[in-house]
Amino acid sequence: MVAAVAASRERPAAQADGARLTIEAVSHAFSLRSAPLPVLDRVSLAVEPGGFVALLGPSGCGKSTLLRLVAGLEPPDQGAIAIDGDPVEGPDPSRLLVFQDPTLYPWRTVRANVALGLEARGVGRERAALADAALHRVGLDGFAEVYPHQLSGGMAQRVALARALVNAPRLLLLDEPLGKLDALTRLAMQAEILRLWQETRFTALLVTHDVEEALVLAERVIVLSDRPAAIRAELPVPVTYPRHRDDPAIVRLRREILGILGQQT
Amino acid sequence: MSGSITAGVAPRAAVPTRGGAHPPWRILVAGLAWLALAGATLGLPEADDLPDTAAFGAAAAALGLLVLALAPLAGRLGALGPRLRHGSPWLIALALALLVWEVVTAKFAVLPMPFFPPPQAVVEVFHEDWPRLGASIVASLILLAGGYTIGAATGFALGVAIGASRSVGYWAHPVLRFVGPLPATAWLPLAFFVFPSSWSASTFLVALATGFPVTVLTWSGVAGVNRAYFDVARTLGASRRFLILRVAIPAALPHVFVGLFMGLGGSFAVLVVAEMLGVKAGLGWYLQWAQGWAAYANMYAALIVMALMCSSLITLLFRLRDRLLAWQKGLVQW
Repeated sequence: MVAAVAASRERPAAQADGARLTIEAVSHAFSLRSAPLPVLDRVSLAVEPGGFVALLGPSGCGKSTLLRLVAGLEPPDQGAIAIDGDPVEGPDPSRLLVFQDPTLYPWRTVRANVALGLEARGVGRERAALADAALHRVGLDGFAEVYPHQLSGGMAQRVALARALVNAPRLLLLDEPLGKLDALTRLAMQAEILRLWQETRFTALLVTHDVEEALVLAERVIVLSDRPAAIRAELPVPVTYPRHRDDPAIVRLRREILGILGQQT
Repeated sequence: MSGSITAGVAPRAAVPTRGGAHPPWRILVAGLAWLALAGATLGLPEADDLPDTAAFGAAAAALGLLVLALAPLAGRLGALGPRLRHGSPWLIALALALLVWEVVTAKFAVLPMPFFPPPQAVVEVFHEDWPRLGASIVASLILLAGGYTIGAATGFALGVAIGASRSVGYWAHPVLRFVGPLPATAWLPLAFFVFPSSWSASTFLVALATGFPVTVLTWSGVAGVNRAYFDVARTLGASRRFLILRVAIPAALPHVFVGLFMGLGGSFAVLVVAEMLGVKAGLGWYLQWAQGWAAYANMYAALIVMALMCSSLITLLFRLRDRLLAWQKGLVQW
C-alpha cells in the first residue's frame, strides 16, 4: 500500500530526506489522581520517508498526545516509537511540533522567534540570514522586526511554521495547526503547508478533526476511535495534487470517513 | 478640565491651533494668581517677624511676571507652550494654596506658630540648611541603593531558583511562608545588635524589605510561565540553561517588575525607620533631629525632599520597565 501511495504522488522522484517514522503498539495513559486515564490503545502505524499522513479523530481522543510522544516530550507507557529505526528518547530539532497555538514568544521579534532553534543549538553568525530566508519561504518578508502581537492569527501561524522549518526538520508534526484560523485563512494555509511539504520533502504527520483538511493534504488518512484512541481505519487518498474539494474520489472518501466516525449512516 | 465641565467652552487642550492664536486666559490667570500671592506676602502686615518674607514675595512676583510674559507667546514656544497651558490649572491651585497657607500662618497667625511655619520659613530652611539636607539625601540614597540592590538581586536569584528547581522550592517555600510576612522593621532590634554597625544592620533591613516581594513575585512569574513556551523550546533542542535564561526569565519579567515596585515602596518605609532609630544620618534622622529641636520648618522641608526623592526613584524604575518591557506595550494597557 505504501508503494501505491508513493506512485500516486505528483512530486519529483528525487530521494526524500524525510524521516521514516514507526510507531509500534503504543499505549499511553494520563496519571490522574483517582485512576489512570487511558488515552492511546496499542496504536501502530508507519510513515514512509517524505510521506504525509493525517490522523483524524474526535476531539480529545488522544491524537495530540501521540504527537507529543513522537516529539519526545514524554515517553510512552508501552510500545515503541522509532525514527529511521532509532528509538525516540527525547526532543530533537529534527522532529518538530507545530502547535494549534502559534506560541510565539511575545518578547521576541518575529526574526528572533524564528531563530529560536538556531540560538538554542548555538548557531551563530548566519542566524539572522537563515531566519529571514525561512520568513521568505512562508511569505512574510518585511515582518522580521515586528512583534508577535502585531500579527494576525494566520501570520502568527506562518511564523510558527518558519520557526520549525528553519531547522530543516526531517519530520514535521502538525497538531491541528489551522484549528483556530478563520475559514479563508485556513484554505490559504492548507495550500501553504502543501507547497512547503512538496518543496522540502519532510515527513509530515498531521493531526486534525477536519475531514476535508485531511483529505486535501494527506496521502493517507488514519481514523482514530474515541478515547482511548485506537486505529479504526486506514484509507489511502489516491488523488493527485493539487486536489479539489469536490473531486468525486474525495467526496466518496469523505462520506466513508464520516460513516466510520458515526456522523452519517 | 474646564472644557469638560463648563458647557460652551471649547476644550483648549484638544484644539491647540486655535488656542495658540489668542493669549490663553488660563495662563494669564495663573500669572495673576502668583502676583496675588506676592502682593499678600509683601503687602499685608505680619504677626511675627520673619526674615525671608521679602525674598519669598519677590520670588512669587518674579514667577507671576514670567508666566504673564510667556502667556502671549504660548503659541510660539514649541513644546513648552502646550505644557504651560496644560499645567496652568496646577499653577493656579499651587498659588492659591500658598496664599491661604501664608495668610493663616504669617499674616493672621490662625494656626499656632511653631508647629505650622509659614511657607517662607520652609524656603529659608532650603536656603540656610541645605548642606545638612544635602548630606542627608546622599546618606539616604547610599543606604537605599546598597540595600535595594542586594535585596533585589538576591530576591531575583532566589525567585528564579525556587521556580526552576524542585529541591530549592522544597526548602525555601516553607521558610518564605513562615518568615516572609514578618515586617522587616520587626527585625530591627535584633539586627542592631547582631550586625557590627548600624549601617550594615540597616542595609540588611532594607535588603530584607526589598527581597521578600521580589522573591515571591519572581517565583510566581517563573512558575506561571506558559508550559507551551517550554515545549516549543525543548523540541527545538534547548538546554535547561536556555530554558531558564531565555524562556523563563524573560517571560517572568513583568512579574519581577511588580515585585521590584513593591520592594521599593517597602524599602522606603524601612529606610526611614532604620535612620530614625539607629543610623545617625539620612532624611529619617533629619526628621527626628528636627523634631527634637522643635524645628518644624525643617521637618516640612525634609518631608518635601523625601517625597521628591521617593517619587523620582519610582519614576526611574518606571522608565527602566518601559525600556525593558517595550514589547508589552501592545499587550497591556498602561
